[in-house]
Amino acid sequence: MKTIEEIFEILKAKFGDSILELKTDQPVEPFIIADPLEIDKICFFLRDEEGLLFDSLMNLSGVDDANGESKNDESGALNIIGGTLSVYYHIESTKILHKLCLKVSTQRENPEVASVFNVWRHADWQEREAYDLIGIKFLNHPDLRRILMPYDWEAGHPLRKDYKNPEFYQGMKVPY
Amino acid sequence: MGFLDKQFTNENIVVAKVEDLFNWARLSSLWQMSFGLACCAIEMMATSASHYDFDRFGVIPRPSPRQSDVIIISGTVTLKMALRIKRLYEQMPDPKYVISMGSCSNCGGPYWEHGYHVLKGVDRVIPVDVYVPGCPPRPEALLEGLLKLQEKIRNEYMVNGNSSAGKKSA
Repeated sequence: MKTIEEIFEILKAKFGDSILELKTDQPVEPFIIADPLEIDKICFFLRDEEGLLFDSLMNLSGVDDANGESKNDESGALNIIGGTLSVYYHIESTKILHKLCLKVSTQRENPEVASVFNVWRHADWQEREAYDLIGIKFLNHPDLRRILMPYDWEAGHPLRKDYKNPEFYQGMKVPY
Repeated sequence: MGFLDKQFTNENIVVAKVEDLFNWARLSSLWQMSFGLACCAIEMMATSASHYDFDRFGVIPRPSPRQSDVIIISGTVTLKMALRIKRLYEQMPDPKYVISMGSCSNCGGPYWEHGYHVLKGVDRVIPVDVYVPGCPPRPEALLEGLLKLQEKIRNEYMVNGNSSAGKKSA
């Protein structure tokens, strides 16, 4: 069983610049911030390394940080330019019984994160959900389709803070 | 006036119009499509079970829309599901009826403002005969909805007039 400080030191020694920061000053549990394009290699290491053995991805969630520049256009609708989208990984070792939280942040305009599908199969649908609702593209995901919204949904990703619902979908009026 | 309210002229002969006989037969065996959407479907199942016993009104769940007379829209209609509901409704043979069960399928319910994925009322895609309010409605409410639908069918033209849309003037 290892604390997050010990895990951070192990990862820092192994991956260097790909491990960015250890955040412990949050009201929630502490987490490690990593490079979005290296997260798959980091997760492989976390899963297979003796003494870590994180064999279970408990949850993967996408977040719109909404920390870019907010602008209201002529109709009063919100637009966010710049800033980041994030993905949080909550992982657990069912053998050693310790847990860890990882975070990666990526650019809002071209949100690309390496897929952890090959590390944990649990990631398949959870990455599809984050893609569907937030619009994060997971590189090397084998089947990155929408999972909840209709496949032909063209209005964007509904959980983005500047999302605008369309007037019609397939001839059906959407607003109340 | 219902079929069984007609006069018994002789020992066990009822004199009635064919129309009334047909309507009585149809409203007494409303086969329901076994189709549930959300939490209202749990109440619908409870209504079908022994305690409330939908079957005493002739409501039997059928596995195919081709064999169904009534579809109970029991739950939140998402935009994705709305297209499937429309197709199922079109697969049902005439005369066919729709009961909209619960706030969600009546008008969008709690998703009326921020439900980006919810159709605000199933009547935007298919015609509804009876609306049952509630969130979810208790089985008694669904039973009353069914009785209202039976009342509607009892007053329909079968032989004359235009199919299930026809209505007798009072």
